[in-house]
Amino acid sequence: MSLRPFEQIVADFGPMVLRVCRAVLGPDEAEDAWSETFLAAMKAYPALDEGANVEAWLVTIAHRKAIDATRAAARRPVAVESLPERPARAGRPGDWDGDLWAALAALPPRQRAVVAYHYLAALPYAEIAVITGGSTDAARRAAADGIKTLRATYLARTREGAGR
Amino acid sequence: MTGTMEPEAQALFGALPAADEQAGARLHARLAAAAAREGLLDVAYRTVDTPLGTLLLAATEEGLIRVAYPNQGHDAALAQLAELVSPRILNAPGRLDGVARQLEEYFAHQRRVFDVPLDLRLSKGFRRSVLAHLQQIPYGVTESYAQVATAAGSPRAVRAVGTACATNPVPIVVPCHRVVRSDGSSGGYAGGPDAKQTLLMLEVA
Repeated sequence: MSLRPFEQIVADFGPMVLRVCRAVLGPDEAEDAWSETFLAAMKAYPALDEGANVEAWLVTIAHRKAIDATRAAARRPVAVESLPERPARAGRPGDWDGDLWAALAALPPRQRAVVAYHYLAALPYAEIAVITGGSTDAARRAAADGIKTLRATYLARTREGAGR
Repeated sequence: MTGTMEPEAQALFGALPAADEQAGARLHARLAAAAAREGLLDVAYRTVDTPLGTLLLAATEEGLIRVAYPNQGHDAALAQLAELVSPRILNAPGRLDGVARQLEEYFAHQRRVFDVPLDLRLSKGFRRSVLAHLQQIPYGVTESYAQVATAAGSPRAVRAVGTACATNPVPIVVPCHRVVRSDGSSGGYAGGPDAKQTLLMLEVA
């Protein structure tokens, strides 16, 4: 048994990594982060253990790329903030880059990351703790706090919207 | 270990598409281009439809390394490349466009000689010298296994010539189909006996 062609890795895990990048970084940065993640993964791939957990490996790389992207965004000139807010790209109410991203973006970055890694990448909290640092319990609490906030903000709002 | 995803979380992320084909295709193309630019695309592949079925074409930076018939199994061919060459393999048609076009011309009687760089590293030793000789058998001409053995420098290695043809990593482009039995029957072929017959007929038509 040897490593599968990298094409298979992209096919099997590309959609999951895109969801994670979108949830963690939002619509503007997600595709750049996905591209950098898979390029870095492809570079390192021949040295990967055949028995490695590929999801956790990819999320680890994506996590580092997300940190880089967040730092780069923080260094950008302040003037950008004065631009008018861009409307949701797809223009459909309830689309993820509107309401959902607004709610995710309001979470502390660590909660946002933990929620995405657990609920979108299906990683157990022990794995997530290795990726983000801190204890397994801290990761579980961060996810619970994040979900609690999203329940109050995003879910309440979408239910309201649907009821109208 | 991960448990089932709570229904609530599904409701939360329901707006985030599980599969976004447009974005997926765009990102795949972007990855293939970036990987090629950075020298990470060790093997690029694509498929091409021909009268002999869908062929898999694969190339390294050096040249065409594999042509696989449907009966040989495209997944098996890619797995072999991952093991013997590199697992950095992407479906990236660009590198194969020239070969694909020349195959199309060949099947349309518009081309008799393939002019593409080859990477023959999958074939070693005597098999490699057989392939070198096969490239010199002209379009529409056949040789017997015994003749090829003699030309490759080992007149008694007739069976080994058969093996070299059967394991030719780039059939059609390196024309192992032009090697036939001394009694005139066509003999075995990687793509099956019918494919061999079709190619031989094509070249005399």
